[in-house]
Amino acid sequence: MKKYATFLWECIRLSFVGDWRYHLWMTLLTLVALLGLHAYCQQLVHGLITTGMTDQVSWGLYIANFTYLVGLAAAAAMLVIPVYIYRNMHLDDVVIFGELLAVAVIVMCLLFVMADLGRPDRFMHLVWRFNFPISMLTWDVIALNGYLLLNLHICGYLIYCAYCRRKPSPVFYVPFVFVAIVWAISIHTVTAFLYVGLGGRPFWNSAIIAPRFLASAFAAGPAFIILTLQIVRRYTRHHVGDDALLTLRRIIQVAMIINVFLLICEVFTEFYTDSAHVASARYLYFGLSGAHALVPWIWTAMAMNALATILLVLPASRGLSWLNLACLLSIIGIWIEKGMGLIVPAFVPTRLGEIVEYFPTPHEIMICLGIWAFGLLLYTIFVRISVPVLAGDLTYDQRYGNLESQAIQGPGQS
Amino acid sequence: MHDFQEEASDSNRSMKSATGDGAGSECSRRGFVVQAAAALAGASALAAALAPLRHFASDDIPTIDEFLQKHYKEMTREDKERVFARIHDAVQKRYGVAPKLLDPPPMDGVEFVYGLNLSRCIGCRKCVHACVQENNLSRSPEIQYIRVLEMEKGSINLETANHHYDPPQVPNPEKYYMPVQCHQCADPPCVKVCPVEATWQEPDGITVIDYDWCIGCRYCEAACPYWARRFNFTEPVLPDGELQPNMAYLSNRPRPKGVMEKCTFCLHRTRVGRLPACVEVCPTGSRKFGNVLDPESEVAYILKHKRIYILKEDVGTIPRFFYYFDERGSRYHEPIAPYTPESDA
Repeated sequence: MKKYATFLWECIRLSFVGDWRYHLWMTLLTLVALLGLHAYCQQLVHGLITTGMTDQVSWGLYIANFTYLVGLAAAAAMLVIPVYIYRNMHLDDVVIFGELLAVAVIVMCLLFVMADLGRPDRFMHLVWRFNFPISMLTWDVIALNGYLLLNLHICGYLIYCAYCRRKPSPVFYVPFVFVAIVWAISIHTVTAFLYVGLGGRPFWNSAIIAPRFLASAFAAGPAFIILTLQIVRRYTRHHVGDDALLTLRRIIQVAMIINVFLLICEVFTEFYTDSAHVASARYLYFGLSGAHALVPWIWTAMAMNALATILLVLPASRGLSWLNLACLLSIIGIWIEKGMGLIVPAFVPTRLGEIVEYFPTPHEIMICLGIWAFGLLLYTIFVRISVPVLAGDLTYDQRYGNLESQAIQGPGQS
Repeated sequence: MHDFQEEASDSNRSMKSATGDGAGSECSRRGFVVQAAAALAGASALAAALAPLRHFASDDIPTIDEFLQKHYKEMTREDKERVFARIHDAVQKRYGVAPKLLDPPPMDGVEFVYGLNLSRCIGCRKCVHACVQENNLSRSPEIQYIRVLEMEKGSINLETANHHYDPPQVPNPEKYYMPVQCHQCADPPCVKVCPVEATWQEPDGITVIDYDWCIGCRYCEAACPYWARRFNFTEPVLPDGELQPNMAYLSNRPRPKGVMEKCTFCLHRTRVGRLPACVEVCPTGSRKFGNVLDPESEVAYILKHKRIYILKEDVGTIPRFFYYFDERGSRYHEPIAPYTPESDA
């Protein structure tokens, strides 16, 4: 127990230690996170009127970001599956970064949901009267929090074992890894079911949404991890081989092709049928009665996704610079498509045919940026701690086992 | 001076080993100052970020009582008395009027339904405003439970409806009018999706909300096919002296910020034998309300004898709100034998 306390203390201490670039980066993130907190406090005082949401478009940027991030979190499974199921060891030493990402991203998801609540002070009502299993939102609460705990346990256990210089006992984490794989798929499926189950909104009421969610998640998630791993290997001593990046590239390749295929299926069904239910899709892609706020966004997303897919299929993306470009394009493209492109059009036109557009306010955008900054802050801290600990540069024995060695030993500077 | 150095380096042993390897005490003191300054800057930045919270109105922060208040269905009689007394005082303090806060229970053997005559409605929106007055709806920002649509003749197509018609006189003979409000569905999707059971269907068919339980996630608003739910994006505002003091816990008492609200068929009136405000005010008699389980009721007669239109029947929520038409002509025709191939031969 005491040992564990020293571990936690070391974690806290380590997150304040680094070179000037680290401090600058962390200060910037803290600043943006605090600006977001400031905007959120104003929202708390005045209510959600500070956002661009209305009774007509009652969900906006918060839920859009939430939806996208659930996908990002689920993507950790795409690192775990090759290693634990196919024994593809290229990804062995980067799996933990995927899981840590999942932890940081799920925290962001929960923050986005909290930001969207009109009465966050009544959060405990979820515990006192939980409408399970009827409400899909309760399923999502379980799925997300369960996933958070699973990943916290797996990462925490592995890192703590490294800190104690102990070989991790498979009994304590391998079963959880397998549960986490299924769970990862479930978090995104359940989140899709939130929308799919609403018969009153034909734009969402389509069975293809869940598979589309998964395909886009398994493209955007690993793309994000490819970029992160390159940053990790550049600024820390942790070794990340090109093999790992190229294995991930193959995953994105397949996921992106499936994603585009499912998108085509969706677009075909909507527009070829051309029933009254196409109004939302028409608003999204072409604008409706002079309202076309989302049109430039969705075509940007479409172009980015198409370009990313082409790049990923071409051999050029075996080179890192092209691969990075493809990753960046798919991350942004999918963020637009899965976020604003999926949530907002379902509300335009309203169920009574009124057309009211949604424009996020600077306030709302600031809160979103704040949550993103906080998520990045968390992830940076996780990487900052896990790299030296996993490399064996920082262990209990070194720090506390021998008092003489303590004076000599500095932490693993990176 | 020397003592201070000792102390600083002592108490910050871990920090010292963190910042410098084998650094002298001079260096450590500077490190300490830098760290203290950073901590101070961080703390003040955090305080600045939290500064807007000062603007919280004093009655905006939930008290312990409010925080621990039980769900409506779990409250005992004593709980209710206590809670109602508190709400009474809060309303009186805020609006300067002593409200009559009641909690009328659903009546046995009653299931309310609502019929709207599309042949008669002239789109005057008197119902909209009577509802606003009766139910203490926010005037700023404006919340209305009833939306009257000006429809194109020749179809019942919501996509071509005009929501914001504003002529000097109604009705426009080229159009017809279709008011839409909560349909009090028998299979309500809004109730299904609520994660905290803050909204439910009462035995008399009215879907209600416990405004003190709702967490404001707006999932019900996304689920409703009739756009019948409204959210309090900020503190609702009523003009002085316009508070309607006869109120019920589950219907028209003033709502707080950040929760959902909806039409309750004016249950504070209808459960004690009166008509909803919108029915009472309608100058054309287009609105009919009553107990469908009573075969003598007007609504039962209409359902049995008139042509009925259910809006969005395909979403399968089984509304208790229906549209009907006056029939002229068909019923006065002499009965004749229908066409069959044999009768032709």
